[in-house]
Amino acid sequence: MADMKTAAYVCSGCGIGDRIDAKQLERIAQKEGKMQLVRGHEFLCSAEGVALIREDIAKEGVTHVAIAACSRRAKTDAFAFEGVAITRANLREGVIWSQPDTEDARELTQDMADDYVRMACAELKRMKVPAGNPDRGTSKRILVVGGGLSGMTAALAAAGAGYDVVIVEKQAALGGRAAQWHRRIPYRNPYDAPVETGIAELVAAAGAHPRIKVHVNATLAQTKGAPGRFSVSVCVEGGDRVTEEVGAIVQATGFTPYDIARLPELGGGTNPNVVDQAGLERLALEAAAKGEPIRRPSDGGEVKRVVFLQCAGQRDDSGAHLPYCSGHCCLTSIKQAMYFKDASPSIDTVVMYTDLRTPGLGEDFYRAGQARGILFTKGRASSVTADGALCKVAFRDLILDEDAAIDADLVVLATGMVANSGVNIDIPEEERQKMEVKPVSVLNLAYRQGPDMPQLKYGFTDSHFICFPYETRRTGIYAAGPVRRPMDMAQAAEDATGAALKAIQAVENAGLGRAAHPRVGDLSFPTARLEGCTQCKRCTVECPFGAIDEDEKRYPLFNESRCRRCGTCMGACPVRVISFENYSVDTVGNQIKAIDMPDEFSEKPRILVLACENDAYPALDMAAMSGAMYSAFVRVIPVRCLGSVNTIWITDALNGGWDGVMLMGCKKGDDYQCHFVKGSEMAAYRMSKTDDTLKQMGLETERVATYEVAITDVARVSQLINEYVAKIQEIGMSPMKGFA
Amino acid sequence: MSAQVPERYRNDFLREVEERVEEGRWVKMCMQCGVCAGSCPFGPHWEHSPQKIFMMIRAGKRAEVLGSDSMWMCTSCYNCIVRCPRKLPITHIMHGLANYAHRLGLAPKGQPTREFARLFWDNCIKQGRANELKLTLGLYFKDGLAAGIKTALAMKGIGLGMFKAKRINPMELFGGHRIKDVKGLHAIIAKAREIEDRRKGYTS
Repeated sequence: MADMKTAAYVCSGCGIGDRIDAKQLERIAQKEGKMQLVRGHEFLCSAEGVALIREDIAKEGVTHVAIAACSRRAKTDAFAFEGVAITRANLREGVIWSQPDTEDARELTQDMADDYVRMACAELKRMKVPAGNPDRGTSKRILVVGGGLSGMTAALAAAGAGYDVVIVEKQAALGGRAAQWHRRIPYRNPYDAPVETGIAELVAAAGAHPRIKVHVNATLAQTKGAPGRFSVSVCVEGGDRVTEEVGAIVQATGFTPYDIARLPELGGGTNPNVVDQAGLERLALEAAAKGEPIRRPSDGGEVKRVVFLQCAGQRDDSGAHLPYCSGHCCLTSIKQAMYFKDASPSIDTVVMYTDLRTPGLGEDFYRAGQARGILFTKGRASSVTADGALCKVAFRDLILDEDAAIDADLVVLATGMVANSGVNIDIPEEERQKMEVKPVSVLNLAYRQGPDMPQLKYGFTDSHFICFPYETRRTGIYAAGPVRRPMDMAQAAEDATGAALKAIQAVENAGLGRAAHPRVGDLSFPTARLEGCTQCKRCTVECPFGAIDEDEKRYPLFNESRCRRCGTCMGACPVRVISFENYSVDTVGNQIKAIDMPDEFSEKPRILVLACENDAYPALDMAAMSGAMYSAFVRVIPVRCLGSVNTIWITDALNGGWDGVMLMGCKKGDDYQCHFVKGSEMAAYRMSKTDDTLKQMGLETERVATYEVAITDVARVSQLINEYVAKIQEIGMSPMKGFA
Repeated sequence: MSAQVPERYRNDFLREVEERVEEGRWVKMCMQCGVCAGSCPFGPHWEHSPQKIFMMIRAGKRAEVLGSDSMWMCTSCYNCIVRCPRKLPITHIMHGLANYAHRLGLAPKGQPTREFARLFWDNCIKQGRANELKLTLGLYFKDGLAAGIKTALAMKGIGLGMFKAKRINPMELFGGHRIKDVKGLHAIIAKAREIEDRRKGYTS
């Protein structure tokens, strides 16, 4: 770059100057780092220090700034300069706070600081100023798929914040499943009686809102584009197509009750007096419309006794039914038993459960049910058989440990929630076609990776369950309500509000060419040098967010607005043609090569730590803040995600004489904590294949180790380092020193 | 399933307990956590834990509940009350059930705690104060003359010691002292029982 001008600033504040020779760092930045401008300051984050840098940018034309001071996670407000590339050498948390303040330690501490300055300069020279995503979409409209409680709540929240909303509802009217409910569980104190659902008011509000447009009897025929510029083809009544341009999407497609016909042993689908919870709501609505009590479906007889069977076809470990708990059903059964008790206290109601789950203030609702005389029996039903108009429920009483039976006029099966999440894209297309009931896509995404959002478990949409609910694996598309996990109405309403807010953030960021969560505001974006691309497809397959399609020549086609900037594609690329302006194979590779490598006989091993910037790097900073010391032989490089680690860095490091490489990323698996969902999993997979390479190089396999480090592992992280360094010292110094 | 299993799990017995047993209204609030059963020092020694008793009430097992020895085994240590997360006054409910079973004549025959309780009550009420000598001897001879003599001889040493220390007055055997207005006390107790019977609907 012709007009690139580099500058390094060395801060000696916060005790840095007392512990290390800051003048030496300045000399290194100038001579080895080849910085065009080098300045030292005693208090760089002060107004005066910041003004100094600003002045250099304005008057000296500095475009690239290296700040050798505190961690990149500290003083971010002070060191925020627009339009320049910035790097930080972590002298405070990374050096003086993580090393003992003793005369003996002085030399190694200085070595560490020297290397971090060399690394910052090396990185800076390979950085470009991020220009912002050119693929900007400016639509601020929000599409809500599903017009039930979650969908209408999301729509009203977004519309209330001033955004135009389009609701697409498959049924003939708004309302969804909750509209077929008689009453709901109370959200507020005193939690002692069923209350009106409020759905009619929501439908009226959504229908009347000037910012909300509604398509009923409509489905999505195709969804293409990216945040800020989704183009959605809506199939409306009569088969016509309407195209809606939107900036973000909230999928609130809800759930379907598990089919009771699959529970014939409990009378499901065969006995008219056996209904599911939705069936009971229907009976309650019909009865309320007539102003009569609920009657026995088979013959209209009086209902004197009702039995509720919890966990019917769910929490099943035989593999025949749903394996999970749907969460709301215990409270729903209590609510439904109250319908009867409130109509006539003489009606016997028995709730049969194995574990009654009434989370939070649901416990008050449970107590209110008990106070009304609802009978709770811990038992497991084995069969429901018809005996004239009565149902005979045979069960095992689990407290009294004996077989027993109850006669009932009506049996209610508390079946579970099945997510309406569309097609499971992890099942190959050919196999999906062979399925008995062909799955129907909800979104019909024109994405290379499949027509719907990836699922995590049991068919629920993957939505970063542990850390960031609503965040799915399709940027700009947010899941809300029971499509994401089983939940009740209060939770669904809260969920919908959260998803609406995420959708608003997505359209705003997309309009500015910036990344969405978790690198909110990042202006960098990935580019591929297609001349070098071998069309191996790894980037398109491994991108956790489906951001990369294929063009007609089968080259990767980046949809920058769908990209989360994790760099998993960069880590995947075997020919290393993918890079970001300020984060690339070179920016990290150059740091690995920049350190001053002591020789084999120095007894100073060098361990490279590639630490995830989201969890492991802050854990290291916090360890230093809390006074935990770790070995001075490590050099830490933050990475955007462990998924962005390209194996060339490992090879380069080992060839360059580094004695070991530690990779620190987030937890993977079903309960993943990786901010980019699949990054740490991809990294673990790739690293599992490095053993052969190490053996070929004649190196011990222990020289590369992968660790899961959570942000809370403050005490553990320094211990991990020290144990690893001890192990490397035991193995001995790398024989590769001095060749590079 | 055998057809012999009686029709149960109706609210009938629960309702009966609620209306007629001291603190019985709490039984329906039990959430079957079993903390009472785990806290009871007599746990291994009785037929049914409080948790089971409460479940049996809900299951409508009237005869089994009222005939159980469990309520009689309670030593009123109050561990269950202290620990119950639902704040059920379990000790009091157990005593309430014992009393109810006793009144209906359904309590287990010959249950030692029940027998002692009956002796104590009768002894106390007769003169308006406890006659310790008669109470002790009554207890010794409750299982017959031979057993009584055997026990009395075995306890002879203690008896003589107490006599020397003037803790026992043998003259108490003949009449014993009494409160001023025994008739009045009997009238009070008869009235109290009448009120209780009316309130709880006893016919006896």
